[in-house]
Amino acid sequence: MFKRIELRDTAYERRIFQQRMITSLLIFFLVAATLIFRYVNLQVFQHDRFVTESNRNRIHTLPVAPRRGLVYDRNGKLLAENQPSYSLAVTVERSEDLDELLVDLQQLFDIDSRSITKFRQRLRRRTPYQAVPLKFRLDDDEISRFAVNKYRLDGVEIKAQLVRHYPMGEELGHVIGYVGRINQREQEKLFADNQQRVNYAATEHIGKTGLEHFYEPTLHGTVGSQYVETNAHGRVLRVLQQVNPVPGRDLKLSLDAELQSNVHQLMQGKRGSVVVLEVKTGDVLAMVSTPAFDPNPFVTGISREAYALLRDSIDLPLFNRSLQGQYPPGSTIKPIIALAGLHHNVVTEATTINDPGWYQLPNDPRYHRDWKRGGHGSRVDLFTAIVESCDTYFYDLAFKLGIDRIHSFAADFGLGEKTGIDSSSERSGLLPSRVWKRATRQKPWFPGETLNVGIGQGYMLATPLQLAAATAQLAANGVYRPPRFARASNYLIDRDVRRGNEEYLPAQLAEVKSEYWQSIHRAMRAVMHSRDGTAAAAGRGSSYEMAGKTGTAQVIGIAQGEEYDEEAIAERQRDHALFVGFAPYQSPKVALAVIVENGGSGSSAAAPIARQVFDWVMQHDEGEHNEPAPAKSAMPVYANASTPAIRAMAPQQAIGG
Amino acid sequence: MPSEFMRSFPGGASELQLRPTLWNKLRIDLPLLLLLLAISAYGLAVLYSASGQNNARLLRQCIYFGVAFGGLFFVAQIRVKSILALSPWVYVAGVGLLAMLPLWGVEVNGARRWLDLPGLPRFQPSELMKLAVPLTAAAYLSRGLLPPRVSGLLAALLIIGLPSLLVVMQPDLGTSLLIGVSGLLVIWLAGIQWRHIVAAGALLAAAVWPLWQYVLHDYQRRRILTLFDPDSDRLGAGWNIIQSKTAIGSGGLTGKGWLNGTQSQLDFLPESHTDFIIAVLAEEFGLLGVLTLLILYLLVVMRGAYISIGAKDAFGRLVAGSITFTFFVYVVVNVAMVSGMLPVVGVPLPLVSYGGTSLVTLLAAFGILMSIQSEASPHR
Repeated sequence: MFKRIELRDTAYERRIFQQRMITSLLIFFLVAATLIFRYVNLQVFQHDRFVTESNRNRIHTLPVAPRRGLVYDRNGKLLAENQPSYSLAVTVERSEDLDELLVDLQQLFDIDSRSITKFRQRLRRRTPYQAVPLKFRLDDDEISRFAVNKYRLDGVEIKAQLVRHYPMGEELGHVIGYVGRINQREQEKLFADNQQRVNYAATEHIGKTGLEHFYEPTLHGTVGSQYVETNAHGRVLRVLQQVNPVPGRDLKLSLDAELQSNVHQLMQGKRGSVVVLEVKTGDVLAMVSTPAFDPNPFVTGISREAYALLRDSIDLPLFNRSLQGQYPPGSTIKPIIALAGLHHNVVTEATTINDPGWYQLPNDPRYHRDWKRGGHGSRVDLFTAIVESCDTYFYDLAFKLGIDRIHSFAADFGLGEKTGIDSSSERSGLLPSRVWKRATRQKPWFPGETLNVGIGQGYMLATPLQLAAATAQLAANGVYRPPRFARASNYLIDRDVRRGNEEYLPAQLAEVKSEYWQSIHRAMRAVMHSRDGTAAAAGRGSSYEMAGKTGTAQVIGIAQGEEYDEEAIAERQRDHALFVGFAPYQSPKVALAVIVENGGSGSSAAAPIARQVFDWVMQHDEGEHNEPAPAKSAMPVYANASTPAIRAMAPQQAIGG
Repeated sequence: MPSEFMRSFPGGASELQLRPTLWNKLRIDLPLLLLLLAISAYGLAVLYSASGQNNARLLRQCIYFGVAFGGLFFVAQIRVKSILALSPWVYVAGVGLLAMLPLWGVEVNGARRWLDLPGLPRFQPSELMKLAVPLTAAAYLSRGLLPPRVSGLLAALLIIGLPSLLVVMQPDLGTSLLIGVSGLLVIWLAGIQWRHIVAAGALLAAAVWPLWQYVLHDYQRRRILTLFDPDSDRLGAGWNIIQSKTAIGSGGLTGKGWLNGTQSQLDFLPESHTDFIIAVLAEEFGLLGVLTLLILYLLVVMRGAYISIGAKDAFGRLVAGSITFTFFVYVVVNVAMVSGMLPVVGVPLPLVSYGGTSLVTLLAAFGILMSIQSEASPHR
């Protein structure tokens, strides 16, 4: 056997290798060409698309919250402002050990465990690199404590923001209301409207009650935006472009903060309401409801305990009595009933009745009692009936007028209907009628019920605002001027706020003879200034003339044959004291309504407060009277009749008794 | 007179005419060195930007370059004969080290690729195999006649397959494939017959399904699937590809300017200083920048091809050819992977990506290339 000898053919090997090299190079050039085509495709043909992608990656639009409009009183005093507030915030991504850090911060800034729990809840809703607030409203001491310890608190910062503040606190809590953090329900409502959703994208607070709620669209402003460059971790590196937000418009109120404050002082310790309106405009000069609450804690979130205290108090401090409290108007309704009587020729000024102290309907054994035992005498005319508030006279008058005419006339004074004031949650009161009773009670109207309406009792209910507005209308010979809080927004455009609220004179009231208006006014003046007037004590010794009417509204029904004994009845079951009036008599400037819950009688509890309000208004009314105004700040002390100087003036003033 | 001499002694011209230059004495191929230095300098500029102007990282990479070029000079001094003799021993040692990995390997991200032996810096045995496999395959095949017979082929395949399998098990699919490719290139250049190639291709195709089903890990399968539909997993596995394509595409023709790439500077691009660095280059220097780099790489390949063809024996030819094309396979795989043409496997961009180990291996390979060139036969 031969072993086959293999010889190396180097030239052949070399040739094969060279062939393979050339094939390989060709293949690799082809591959390289494919790669280049890929990059040309990406970088040239799809360039625009990827530029957009890359910009979408890094450029983000951040909303910028507008500054909320401020609220001023008629003299330019600030009632709602935005104060810088500092909060402690943690950026989790920049802190090393969150749990350790929180323990550290808890000791350093005295943070309770509930705040920590809430903080952890907020953490879950954050975006990466967002600083999440841990403690709000830091004081100067805490800020400096942060500065000292800053070096070891990685990821912790102090954030400044504007927080609503109400300098007058509880004195204006009911009127201005408050803003609070946007809650779930409000957020859903905002999200339903795309425009609103954008506009509130950066807003944390929204008006919850009062003017803050009503004027939310005006006060809020328009959102701005920031185009920012962010990195992949969502951290903002720089602002590329900014569209500034449009701040909310400021609101100037017709309210006089000083009067408001003084009235609030007068009502201190009482439950009730005072509403003061300017007769010529319908402007609200003061609106007090006591007890009140401080709106400031609500802004950053009131503690559960503090809120429970307010909510569960039997004095109802959160309840705005001026707009929502519905009271029987009592005798304060009598001027209107009397005017209806004159207008419909049911009575004249000369008509008299005999008042034995009670009234009885024909064929009805029930006694309708006068408040004054034994009655007001045998010849009670309309004037006396108003001055002394004779119930018997008005039982008779109401019976003769009938419920239909009373309803129609009282409705023209705005009773039973919302005034449409620029605030939220106003109530409409109740002006009963046949239709109303049929609809709600499924029963016909009984004549006995008309008697009760004639003295402002029974079904009839009115809010203090309605009573004040009706009184202003009475003073203005029937011209109705819807009550308003806001005079202007941004000082410029009066009409903007007032549109659709022009004054008007109801047709029926336009036909009322002017002598009828005058006789009612005269009677109301005598209530204050005649010897027998129910508010004579309150009107005594004034340097000007005023007009008014007292009222006393029963809280509990008094059975037939019983007498009302103030002493024997528990405080909360005592009658409500009411007063309505206007001043000065000659050219009425202000009209008001005062209600003191369980105050007893209007003459003793409500009228003196009205007198002090009138005094203050007259003293501060430089334009028309040119009296040298005494020190503005102090409320004039209620003039006691025993002061000699005032007593000397008294006979002069007591006209028309 | 000299022309007469040359006519009578063909081939004597180069011997006589070329007086050894300084570079000849240093056994350095100047054109190749200059190309490598040019790419390295370009790469450092991109790395500075990609690492967020991190001076420390740039300095460290410079040190790696120093070490690696030092290695190149050292390897270039070794005679091809010695390289041939050493290859099997390096191979055996490398396989031994790979076999140690499952027991003593350092686990990083669920893979044991690093070995931490006392007295030595931490290293990846698979890097060693990138050189040892083509060298040993070439050494084995060049011993016999070329083109190789089937028995020789099977033996060569075994030489290639064993370390590849060990690397796959680390697991490190990318490196394993590249090791396999470098060895297969040797077989291909040795002149394997076309019918063998077709048969092997058919076998491979048949092996795809079991490979997919049993060998590939979940994350590897996901990477391949992501390639076909990156949007299916925008924030997960698809994120890298979407962001790198965005970086490349938004660069346009001329790029956003050095240090001005928003994708890379703002951290949208992951792995921007390592595997995905070409996206940074494409974003900041545009298509022109990419073409410049690819042309430099192609020049390297052409120079390598020139050296391989001029090598004096079969071993030199096979080794030089394999090194050259393996280098380009690295480039192609990386550039294709970053632009979303291939699945994301961990292959760095040669001379540009940050990292010392692969750099040392790569330049050592070019050192071998230079050694081969310095001993080239004058006949071409």
